[in-house]
Amino acid sequence: MMAELKVSGITFAYEEAPILENVNIELHEHELVSILGASGCGKTTLFHIISGLHKPQQGKVVLNGKDITGCPGQISYMMQKDLLLPYRTIEDNVSLPLVLKGEKKRKAREKVSLYFEEFGLEGTQKKYPCQLSGGMRQRAALLRTYMFSRDVALLDEPFSALDTLTKSEMHRWYLDVMDKIHLSTLFITHDIDEAILLSDRIYLLTGKPGRVTEEIIIKEPKPRKKEFNLTEEFLEYKRRILERL
Amino acid sequence: MKRKSPNITSKLLPVTAVFLLLAIWQAASSAGVIPGFLLPSPLEVAMAFAEDFPLLMENARVTLLEAFIGLAAGILIGFVTAVLMDCFEWLYRAVYPLIVLTQTVPTVAIAPLLVLWFGYEMLPKVILIVIVTFFPITVSLLDGFRAADKDTISLLRSMGASKAQIFRYVKFPGALGAFFASLRISVSYAVVGAVISEWLGGFNGLGVYMTRVKKAFSFDKMFAVIFLISAISLLLMWSVNVLQKVSMPWEEENR
Repeated sequence: MMAELKVSGITFAYEEAPILENVNIELHEHELVSILGASGCGKTTLFHIISGLHKPQQGKVVLNGKDITGCPGQISYMMQKDLLLPYRTIEDNVSLPLVLKGEKKRKAREKVSLYFEEFGLEGTQKKYPCQLSGGMRQRAALLRTYMFSRDVALLDEPFSALDTLTKSEMHRWYLDVMDKIHLSTLFITHDIDEAILLSDRIYLLTGKPGRVTEEIIIKEPKPRKKEFNLTEEFLEYKRRILERL
Repeated sequence: MKRKSPNITSKLLPVTAVFLLLAIWQAASSAGVIPGFLLPSPLEVAMAFAEDFPLLMENARVTLLEAFIGLAAGILIGFVTAVLMDCFEWLYRAVYPLIVLTQTVPTVAIAPLLVLWFGYEMLPKVILIVIVTFFPITVSLLDGFRAADKDTISLLRSMGASKAQIFRYVKFPGALGAFFASLRISVSYAVVGAVISEWLGGFNGLGVYMTRVKKAFSFDKMFAVIFLISAISLLLMWSVNVLQKVSMPWEEENR
């Protein structure tokens, strides 16, 4: 399998304080890979570097063989907050990436309208973000991320602000959508259960400055049932991760 | 979904208060507590208003024209200044104190100078209105631009947005609320600014009318024109509210 995204030897310091040291990450086609680590270990900084918002002192970000280090606008990035613009309707929020690329407003609306059902957002097109629940806003933000690029998406703790019940509902929804759209995804989380449930592989990012200390492969085939997190294998993965964190 | 009844009661109270005040005033005048040459009764004011109606309208037209031209120029200058100051940090630091300084100069003091420099026609009046109206616009827009969410800007940058696109899709719409708040202030400043500049030199306008009736000691007409100016300001502020509702439909939904 050909590597789609290759992050190699990333070292980054902010005002003399080292944040990341020699981080290597690979993301293959249609894979979901989690980066698991405690708060403050540089996960979000790593995403800022991969998306091109920050330039690392050392290391390279290569997407499909092209060096994109420090060039924004190549990879979809969904941040922790949904960041939907309060003054745009959901359809206009979702079509923003297309409009930014020079697409006409009406054409962009037409294109995004095809995905509303798939993402469980039907009927929200003309609504404003404040009229939607947290889970629905997250879905809209994810659809916007998907509209930007079908290759690789970075998701920074997309479900962390939701309550437990909404969160597990979103997990089920997410696994379901991913099964249909096959997005290659890098996923930040500090929730071990979430990482095991959703990922094909997990990188553990620990220490200060942050380093990748372990790579764990989750062998459970997809699509996964939600009962997976009650099985013995699941607990075995969890035990292994807890030992190393 | 519209809640109607609280709206009616909320308007009922101030309207009653105004009518009560007018009634007390009328009663005091009729009973001879206040002599008519010092303070005319509301009825006398209303009669003076009716009598001079064509003249008042003719003068109001001139004043409103000045106010609109001045306000439009003020908004344009305020907008451009705010955008430039948001783009260039050095310009912000250099110009901001100067802009504040323009507001500390009393309007009444510079109006005669403007007349001296630019004559009795419309130009000095428009300049004065620009000076008083651009400030609230500049400051509020600038604050609005600077308050734009950093994460949202990062998100748009990650989508490859240019500076101009970030302005158009994040900063500008985000500053609209602050802009309308300042526009409400600026429209009333514009009308008052026009009247003040007309006091100090001019051929027609509500300010000129005011100085004339004052010299003739026609206090009933004086009050008539004061009420007219208030009414015009209120009407303009209300128009700004309507304009805001039309151009910010999401605010309605947020309620």
